[in-house]
Amino acid sequence: MVMILGKPAPLLFGQLLLGIINGSFYAMLSMGLAIIFGLLRIINFAHGAMFMLGAFVTWGLLNYLGLGFWWALPLAPLIVGTLGWALERTAIRRIYKLDMLYGLLLTFGIAEVLQGGFTQYFGSSGVNYDPPDLLSGVLNLGFMYLPVYRGFVLGAAILICGTTWLLIEKTRLGALLRAATENPALVQSFGVNVPRLISLTFAAGVALAALAGVLAAPLYSVNPDMGSELINTVFAVVVIGGMGSIGGAILTGFGLGIIEGFTDVFYPPGSAVVVFVVMALVLLARPSGLFGKAA
Amino acid sequence: MFDFSRAQLAGFVLMLAFLIAAPFVLYPFMVMQVMCFAIFALGANLLMGSLNLLSLGQAAYFGLGGYLAGYLVESTGLTPELGLLAAALAGAALGAVFGWLAIRRQTIYFAMITLALAQIVYFFAVQDTKFTGGENGIQDIPRSALFGLFSLNNDLAMYAFTAVIFLACFLAVHRIEHSPFGQVVKAIRENEPRAISLGYKAEQYKWIIFIQAATLAGIAGGLKAEVTGIATLSDIGVSTSGLVVLMVLLGGIGTLFGPCLGAFVVIAMQQYLAPLGGWVVVIQGGIFIACVLVFRRGLVGEFAQRFKLAL
Repeated sequence: MVMILGKPAPLLFGQLLLGIINGSFYAMLSMGLAIIFGLLRIINFAHGAMFMLGAFVTWGLLNYLGLGFWWALPLAPLIVGTLGWALERTAIRRIYKLDMLYGLLLTFGIAEVLQGGFTQYFGSSGVNYDPPDLLSGVLNLGFMYLPVYRGFVLGAAILICGTTWLLIEKTRLGALLRAATENPALVQSFGVNVPRLISLTFAAGVALAALAGVLAAPLYSVNPDMGSELINTVFAVVVIGGMGSIGGAILTGFGLGIIEGFTDVFYPPGSAVVVFVVMALVLLARPSGLFGKAA
Repeated sequence: MFDFSRAQLAGFVLMLAFLIAAPFVLYPFMVMQVMCFAIFALGANLLMGSLNLLSLGQAAYFGLGGYLAGYLVESTGLTPELGLLAAALAGAALGAVFGWLAIRRQTIYFAMITLALAQIVYFFAVQDTKFTGGENGIQDIPRSALFGLFSLNNDLAMYAFTAVIFLACFLAVHRIEHSPFGQVVKAIRENEPRAISLGYKAEQYKWIIFIQAATLAGIAGGLKAEVTGIATLSDIGVSTSGLVVLMVLLGGIGTLFGPCLGAFVVIAMQQYLAPLGGWVVVIQGGIFIACVLVFRRGLVGEFAQRFKLAL
């Protein structure tokens, strides 16, 4: 058997893949957080709950309506995004003028309601969701075995991150968004409906979390806590990367996933805390994060 | 010495009367828990009220205090007051390390950092089975004798001990806020650059407040372990951090009595709504949302505003 750094190569590559997959979820979620934060100046603590909601909607579409994974891929983000839009219009909109902390407290409450409700209804053990037939099975890559669905998730995540990055950095819509982030009053004076832009931004950020939830449904167990477990790590990722840029969020997300994967190979107990250790180190050296502006 | 305003003095007398009457009217065990969480919330309010800093990781110090006091009292036969002292010191030590990292950032970053750091502690508590008992926690912590002399096995004796610790913490917090140190902290909250330009080292003041909040959380956790006889994973988890924030928010951020009233309402709600099971979490979330959208000053804050009192 081929050995690399004293570890069997298939094990190393397997963990690396796992790390990259976790990293792609960190990237997708922290990207959504960064987009929302940019325009709304709110840290969406309900982001993990929206991710969980995406997974449950995927499950519900199959079990109540008989609509499979490929239907869930566009429908779940649409449904959760609509919910996000409604939340912004009814609740979140009312606190923009207040201290940032109130946004955090409000979304914290929303997360608690959603998570508590789902735990009560589905129980904390949750439900199972099988990957679609087309994507089941395993591929032999020669140096390792790749479950097809994991490969698909990785490809989808890269596509999603790339598209979002292009949309924000290279299109007119993105330019508008960035301008509104810099100076909303000025953009409004040019005739842009900024409040609507804000609602749609929140909906889009939330839909991104739900899309990640759809991808996660066949991979992890669909349970009410799946979001909150992940989101704590994502917050650390956000602190490490800083809220500065979409590209930064993507790079930090994937990077930390890989670091976590490698830690699992060489020192298994450390994998759960390595992200937080990195966070502490980054805070010591660069308090505003790797890609962040001082705040 | 304590500089109570007239309204605060009235409030304090009312609270004392309540504490004396409560064990005969209400379930003493519940009131003891309320006092533990009130100490916890008083600490969180030091950060939230006097510095506008929201910590989402206070459970780390609370849980650590609980585990340590529980472990020492159960396994080494330490007396309750020494167990509490150890819990306070442990809270302070952990707060000193985490606070040193966290105060480098403000607002939401501060909240996320405290949350993430608390998560490390939680992971250790889950994995370590020798000290924390892992999933089981520490069970059957005995109520041993205070100073090795007075047995706390009687509920009223334990109640008296808890009340004394609570009142001491309450007065200490009030004293901190009204000391020259507290005035500087207030100046930092209102206008940090100006306070710095006057020669105050803002970071040090924030750090000290952070440590004080963590110390109170440690005491609260230790006391709760001694009162209830158990220290569990949920005490150190993020839901407990959210709970203490809810207490402060509901009672009134930056008020003296708010954290105590908030603790009472939340614990009483958990007690009396227990038959509803998991819905309590949903209700708590609903209260969070209502507080932020409708009454941001909290119960005590709104009352004080209405009648133009300083509470």
